Amino acid sequence: MSTVDTHRLRAAEVLDRARGEERSALIGYLPVGYPDLKGSIEAARVLIDHGADMIELGLPYSDPVMDGPVIQRAASAALAGGTRTRHVLEAVEALSGRGAAILVMSYWNPILAYGPDAFARDLAAAGGAGVITPDLIPDEGERWIAASEQHAVDRVFLVAPSSPRDRLEHVVSHTRGFVYAASTMGVTGTRASVSQATQGLVERTREAGATNVCVGLGVSNGEQAAQVGAYADGVIVGSAFVRALLENDGDDAAARTALATVADDLRSGVERSRTTT
Amino acid sequence: MSTSHDPVLPDLTRPESELRSEIGPYFGDFGGRFLPEALVPALDELSEHYEKALVDPEFLAELRRLAAEYTGRPSLLSDAPRFSELAGGARLLLKREDLNHTGSHKINNVLGQALLTRRMGKTRVIAETGAGQHGVATATAAALFGLDCTIYMGEEDTERQALNVARMRLLGAEVVAVTQGSRTLKDAINEAFRDWVANVETTHYLLGTVAGPHPFPAMVRDFHRIIGEEARAQTLERAGRLPDAVVACVGGGSNAMGIFHAFLDDTDPLVRLIGCEAGGDGVSTGRHSATITGGSAGVLHGARSFVMQDEDGQTIPSHSVSAGLDYPSVGPEHAWLADIGRAEYRAVDDEAAMEAFALLSMTEGIMPAIESAHALAGALALGRELGEDAVIVVSLSGRGDKDVDTASRWFGLVGDEPARSDLPALRALARRSAPRAPHETEESE
Repeated sequence: MSTVDTHRLRAAEVLDRARGEERSALIGYLPVGYPDLKGSIEAARVLIDHGADMIELGLPYSDPVMDGPVIQRAASAALAGGTRTRHVLEAVEALSGRGAAILVMSYWNPILAYGPDAFARDLAAAGGAGVITPDLIPDEGERWIAASEQHAVDRVFLVAPSSPRDRLEHVVSHTRGFVYAASTMGVTGTRASVSQATQGLVERTREAGATNVCVGLGVSNGEQAAQVGAYADGVIVGSAFVRALLENDGDDAAARTALATVADDLRSGVERSRTTT
Repeated sequence: MSTSHDPVLPDLTRPESELRSEIGPYFGDFGGRFLPEALVPALDELSEHYEKALVDPEFLAELRRLAAEYTGRPSLLSDAPRFSELAGGARLLLKREDLNHTGSHKINNVLGQALLTRRMGKTRVIAETGAGQHGVATATAAALFGLDCTIYMGEEDTERQALNVARMRLLGAEVVAVTQGSRTLKDAINEAFRDWVANVETTHYLLGTVAGPHPFPAMVRDFHRIIGEEARAQTLERAGRLPDAVVACVGGGSNAMGIFHAFLDDTDPLVRLIGCEAGGDGVSTGRHSATITGGSAGVLHGARSFVMQDEDGQTIPSHSVSAGLDYPSVGPEHAWLADIGRAEYRAVDDEAAMEAFALLSMTEGIMPAIESAHALAGALALGRELGEDAVIVVSLSGRGDKDVDTASRWFGLVGDEPARSDLPALRALARRSAPRAPHETEESE
């Protein structure tokens, strides 16, 4: 449609691209505003330069019930540093057009406060692909569904190991872009292993009609990425990146190096995901 | 079809009129289920068990037995003649939830949900607590039912309510001090939700107020409806008529919703329903917990309601001398009642609440919880507005033992801080309050 749309990569496009390369996609999460706005944009650029197909920019929120201690810490610091909703849109704009699809992950109340329609409009204008809403279920999403349709923004809802068939169908039918499958019953954070049950959840989600299913929660290294990437369209990694930033707080160069190392390992994981069985 | 009225528990199956029949998930524009998909099956399971239990004679009989034999219901309705003098002579009737086992209204809801936990086959309960009253009640029920129990409490609250922390531990519960965020009740709720997502197979989240995602607001209210049912019948018997107003404190709003509910349809003549929110240092200072008075519509902890938030939708930390009211949202049914004008909400600041705390203690020998003292302060003001013919029911939701430390500091009895209220002046005021002739029962026997 508009000229903006021509270079606004959507989630499905980068998932198709990865599929064409016979691999799973790598999706990296970082909270905007940690260590500061500029630093978070720089960090996301490192992830893109080191193979991330999609970036999820976290909108820091005061009450993140789906997040574990690592992301909580970074998000609290971002808020304490004065991060605002408009900064997230600025980060989207700064990162779009670099070959990765840019999504925002946000709890619902900040979007509600901004105005769902305005948020979808401004996100699209900034070159953003869509929004992941961890505490919004489609049942409560009427306004968001309308706004995201209106502005052609991907609308990513979640499923979990606890989701029965009827919920999977419900979520899948309202999702645009990809379905976010939580690998475990729990919050964000790195885990020693990704549950075997995750593959079952991805299969059940496909049976419920999903084209694209990406797996998040608990993936932190290349080996896990290769395992999960064997059956998922995308592998979502958050806490491992955020931890690399937290551990190098105050040393930007070291933080970038650490991020690149984690990203390279994960990228090699998704690249061998379809060949190692 | 109302069967013969049970004085101990409401007949939960009786048909209701419009305002009393709201069962969620929405109360007008408020309520809903704004939380991770992972918890939807657990909420559906809870709704299903709850709806079945409501019409299951066995469940209701067990709840009734526990109310009578464990909690000590019905709770008293006490005249407060000397305190009433300070309210312009209006007749204040105190609904004595402070006399329940564990010292507050919280036990009503806890026993109901503990019974449901058992029916769902779960073996562990978790709960949030602010003042510690809900935590103590939950730890108590867990002991009674043989359930594992973890209580989340903001670190700041564990400090100001150390006595209740010890009580919970002595009752066998694990108490986790939450160090995230503002380290108060809202953060304890966040942490409880995180635990619940991870352990939902074995664990029931025994939410302690009429907030949170559906079915909690309606369910918690229903377990507390007994307060209003009893108070309404007792007031009719004592005063020969319905009260002019019912006053209760509102944090999340469970005791208020419990006592308001029976009166919702009493609109002609009107029984005014007045919720007293915690005004903290004063609503104009921004340091308060008066969500309806000073907040705006938003989503927090699973429900759309009024929330204290900045323009970006970030929660603003609440403030109150009372840990139990120190919460930046409010139950969605209250938001709705405020919206349609059926209930009124007023802010009572820390100072007014602490003075009412001292005045009730010194005029009636009843030491209220600081939470309940907000309702008492509201009733003092309301009585002066309505005059001496008025009858006002006040929800005395909890007792004040847990608050002795806070009150002692406030009045300068311990510690190095200067007194924030003049206790000798309050004592003089209390001394002058001689009871008039006792209020007469207007209905002949």
